[in-house]
Amino acid sequence: MKQTISVLVENRAGVLNRITSLFSRRAFNIDSLAVGVTDDPSLSRITIIVDNDNTVVEQVEKQLYKLVEVIKVRTLDENALIGRELMIIKVSANKNNREHIMTICSICGAKVVDISPTSMTMEISDTPERVRTFEDMMRPFNILEVARTGVIALQKGAGKI
Amino acid sequence: MEMTGAQILIEGLQREGVERVFGYAGATICPIADALLAAPKLAYTLVRTEQNAGHMASGYARVTGRTGVCIVTSGPGATNLITGIATAYMDSIPMVAITGQVPSVQLGRDIFQEVDITGATLPFTKHNYLVKNAAELPRVIKEAFHIASTGRPGPVLIDIPVDVQDQLVTEVEFPQDIRIRGYNPSVKGNDKQIANVAKAINGAERPVICAGGGVFLSHAEDALREFAEKTRIPVVTTMMGLSLFPTEHPLNMGMIGTHGNVSANKALAKSDRLIMIGTRAADRAIFSPDEIQRRMPIIHIDVDPAEIGKNMLPTVPLVGSAKVILRQLMDRDLHVNCGAWLEMLQEMRREELNRTYPEKEGYVFPGRLLRLLGERLREDAAVCVDVGQNQIWSCKHLRLNGSRFLTSGGLGTMGYAIPAAIGVKSAQRSRQVVAVCGDGSFQMAMNELAAIVAHKMDVKILLLRNGVLGLVRQSQVQAPYHGPYGVDLDGSPDFSVIAAAYGIPSLHLDSEAQTEETLDRFLAMEGPALLIAEVSPDWKTTD
Repeated sequence: MKQTISVLVENRAGVLNRITSLFSRRAFNIDSLAVGVTDDPSLSRITIIVDNDNTVVEQVEKQLYKLVEVIKVRTLDENALIGRELMIIKVSANKNNREHIMTICSICGAKVVDISPTSMTMEISDTPERVRTFEDMMRPFNILEVARTGVIALQKGAGKI
Repeated sequence: MEMTGAQILIEGLQREGVERVFGYAGATICPIADALLAAPKLAYTLVRTEQNAGHMASGYARVTGRTGVCIVTSGPGATNLITGIATAYMDSIPMVAITGQVPSVQLGRDIFQEVDITGATLPFTKHNYLVKNAAELPRVIKEAFHIASTGRPGPVLIDIPVDVQDQLVTEVEFPQDIRIRGYNPSVKGNDKQIANVAKAINGAERPVICAGGGVFLSHAEDALREFAEKTRIPVVTTMMGLSLFPTEHPLNMGMIGTHGNVSANKALAKSDRLIMIGTRAADRAIFSPDEIQRRMPIIHIDVDPAEIGKNMLPTVPLVGSAKVILRQLMDRDLHVNCGAWLEMLQEMRREELNRTYPEKEGYVFPGRLLRLLGERLREDAAVCVDVGQNQIWSCKHLRLNGSRFLTSGGLGTMGYAIPAAIGVKSAQRSRQVVAVCGDGSFQMAMNELAAIVAHKMDVKILLLRNGVLGLVRQSQVQAPYHGPYGVDLDGSPDFSVIAAAYGIPSLHLDSEAQTEETLDRFLAMEGPALLIAEVSPDWKTTD
């Protein structure tokens, strides 16, 4: 089962390396990791998705706290979070299937950002499940390239980490 | 006040109360060496390989309770030190390691003697710094010492490029206090949890205390002894907890684990309440954590919250300093009555302590030798033990009558004993210091005999010679392996000639009848000496 961990860290050179190095040597399995600066330029937020079945989330939290640059660690409630992922996907497309692709985009809420005689590039930003659904729907069209950001998430409600 | 980065470093070290540093020279630390030249009050020990600067700083730190400091150059100097840093990391020894680095403007271009030491030591340091501006040094130094010596102690590395060492800072300010946002170790135990611990202890019929290196690190030796004597609960220790109690103390059941004492392992196997203090329940001490946590309630007291629940799930976790928590506990109403349990264990312990040993013509059995050695040591002695069969025999048989026992437990680094002994002796010149090693480990550190001689140190070295790498060989001659391989120390020199080359006298021992007299002569010798004892390569640690 996937768990989302939100980590507040000092925005300093090398911090991301410390985090990934920790995960590697402690053999923590992560599905994705996304990092970005917060409204406070001295702090960054790292959103990490771990697989609860192979990795003890409590140990992940405690080991993260041992890093001096880590300020706060919170495992988000999977039922009460807002999680989003951005994907840019390029598929083979021509005049025969362009309309079909457009229909799927319209249904899924994806936006076309580039077009060429033999391809189309779309972007979609949504929950991880809906992004996956869109990707599955694009598969029959021959996916040329995919880039995704990994999940970022905030807890619902007025609280803050 | 105008100072160079190197001068700031030396001043910063002295403000932290550093009295001695251990190091090895190099191009990228010449500015630091120059600043040391102008600071004669800061003593310096030159090692013969950088790894030993770490081990010496470790021995120094462990007996003084202060942070050990080592300074080496960039590139190979720094990579050589990694083993010393990792050894300290695994045993949570407070240490600040300073490495020189190529000029900051040239970083990342594979300059001569450049290595990414901060990247390389990420797994082995509590924290590390690459200082690119000398104006940051005063704060960095203060932070480094704070992090190294508080909470769960450990090594902190400061990498200083040579141009930063030369950089002139015009307005140098040494901070009085520092505040690290993400670092706030707990010291005092939560009151509610203290009450839960007391309740859990009071309900026990066959409790046992398991004490580890954390008790030494938090300076809680006296508090632990008081607590155990007040509650009359039997105590076992991990390897790192050896010498918390003298061997023959009525509550001391010995060392637990794969290579431990029978009475200690029995105590653990038959108890109904395990009270862990300052130990992390690592695999060598507690080899079946699942079985134990199934069988009985476990109280785990440790300063590092990450250790609690890592190997074993405790029933009552308690985070804080062992010293503070033990005092808090003793303020509570503790009424444990396990007299019969204690007596049963004491009987088993007595039997083990009075056991006889095997004999073989031309050899001395290390168990007997170490027991007799221990009996002859002064109460304030320090014994630095290496890794391998020599270590296991020392753990099981060395009679500790108040002496301090130091070894490399977590990493099990061969070559630890001699430099650690030098570190101890550097701090405490009048203390009786003995190093115990095998011929494998002696050959890893024998170059430091030079430091012993250069500093005129009375360090006595007991070398258990069996011509093989004993502990590994022992595993190879039984299932699932098929025989010894790559464990013969062929080509080993005559160690007495090596010692003589350094001007150090040696004695030989190959007959049980001569043991006591030889030991007396050995310990009475003035200055450093080497005692080479012949040990059978076929003897096992289980003998």
